Amino acid sequence: MNFTVLTLAEQIILTLAALMLFTSFLLLAQTRLLTLIHIFALQGALLFATTLVIAFTYGRHHLLISAALTLGLKVFFIPIQMQKLVTRLDIKREVEVVGNPSLIMFGAAALVLFSYYAVLPIRELSMLATRNTIAVSLAIVLLGMLLIISRRKAVVQVVGFMCMENGLMFAAVAATQGMPMVVEMGVALDVLVAAILFGIFFFQIRTEFGTLDVDKLNLLKEVD
Amino acid sequence: MNVSGWILALGQTALLILLAPLLSGWIKWVKCKFQNRRGPIPWQPYRDLAKLFRKEVVMAQQASPLFRATPYLVFSVTVLASSIVPAFAVGLPTAVIADVIVMVGFFALARFFLCLAGMDLGTAFGGMGASREVTISSLTEPAMLLSIFTLAMTFTSTNLDAMVLHTLTQPFQIYPSFIFAGMSLLLVGVAECGRIPIDNPATHLELTMIHEAMILEYSGRHLALLEWASMLKMLIFGVLICNLFLPWGTALHLEPTAIAVGLLTLGIKLMGIGFVLAASESVLAKMRLFRTPELLSLAFIIALLGMLGHVILEVH
Repeated sequence: MNFTVLTLAEQIILTLAALMLFTSFLLLAQTRLLTLIHIFALQGALLFATTLVIAFTYGRHHLLISAALTLGLKVFFIPIQMQKLVTRLDIKREVEVVGNPSLIMFGAAALVLFSYYAVLPIRELSMLATRNTIAVSLAIVLLGMLLIISRRKAVVQVVGFMCMENGLMFAAVAATQGMPMVVEMGVALDVLVAAILFGIFFFQIRTEFGTLDVDKLNLLKEVD
Repeated sequence: MNVSGWILALGQTALLILLAPLLSGWIKWVKCKFQNRRGPIPWQPYRDLAKLFRKEVVMAQQASPLFRATPYLVFSVTVLASSIVPAFAVGLPTAVIADVIVMVGFFALARFFLCLAGMDLGTAFGGMGASREVTISSLTEPAMLLSIFTLAMTFTSTNLDAMVLHTLTQPFQIYPSFIFAGMSLLLVGVAECGRIPIDNPATHLELTMIHEAMILEYSGRHLALLEWASMLKMLIFGVLICNLFLPWGTALHLEPTAIAVGLLTLGIKLMGIGFVLAASESVLAKMRLFRTPELLSLAFIIALLGMLGHVILEVH
């Protein structure tokens, strides 16, 4: 099949997929916490746009609820909440220590390639024109994981976790036109609870250890 | 047909050469407006060039013939590169002679001689500028080629003329990979032309300059030719980015009205891109030299992402 036979909506979906992948790369490259949270909100907005486009073009109106959830939670509630948290914890301007940035970026590119090859057999099962987005969403999940392991600050790890969730959601929306409503509600609730819990945990970790650096948590075990 | 085509092709090259100082003056003027200064009139670079051409050439006694030949070489190579780029019309006879890889090669050739000339006199600044230029170009060239390959994979051609023609004749498509290729090419263009945040064209502060450091020993008509070549290079990049990604308006047939429309849209596009460049230069600060590899590796990653995006999303 040629790229030129796709409809405009499908082209827009593919473009949005590429942009979501790009925001994942931006998250990996970003060292400022506040900008990181803003990019995460942008990724949520892209997910919202994708859901909206699919809901209207394929007439899946239950996706509108999912889109509203995405908009409310991932574009506004969680980023604003995290921003408040970061301001209250006073780590706004903190510059993250990342291991060699270029190396991580190339690792990320390798992950994208890997997910492309991993998804090739699955792709054959779907008849949708947007089935190619499965590889992109797997890549977004893996990049979220890479974000978690390449950073030390707990806040960034939460962003990485949410980014993985974005990837899963994107796969569900773009490749199979949405999950059953119950599942989507459940996932949205999960994310919400996770965000609130993480917020509480940050304070606990902070008061207990005086830092949000997760490497310091290794010092928990009692020596001798 | 063929004779008029050749005349048009020569006219296009001459137009690009003559327009180059105007674009640079326009950027400077807009930038001054952004910064609340009065600014020199947009055709000030012509006056500067004329003044430099009138002045006598002062040259060090140790200068080798290479030092003397470099300005002419750099200028003529840049002119050759400008003749490949389709500016206001496609289907000109010069466009089929060489493709975009040759154009990158032309730029590399010009840079090679410029670096040699920078080191020729053995001054500290020349060598420093040359080493920086080579460092940066070794990072920009892969990114540029990769983003061009992304386009070439979609168009199944590396010829610039064929690329522009393809976009003009096919029905409108959104290619996700083009967004990345365009972003990467913008970053590369900024680095190649020595603009902020890689290099500051307005400064003569010793430790920060790159391009200016290499041509520090030149004067008179030699300096004029080198300045003109770098303005022309910036214009080539501007035309390239405009016409590869927004080719609409470019003349498909060599008819007077189509060519007039092509010229008009080219002017508007170049003014637009100059405006964007001036705006971004007013907002951004120059980057520390040791941080430029990060920016350029980002350009490379974006280009790579464009290519991956093409393979994953656009090939079924």
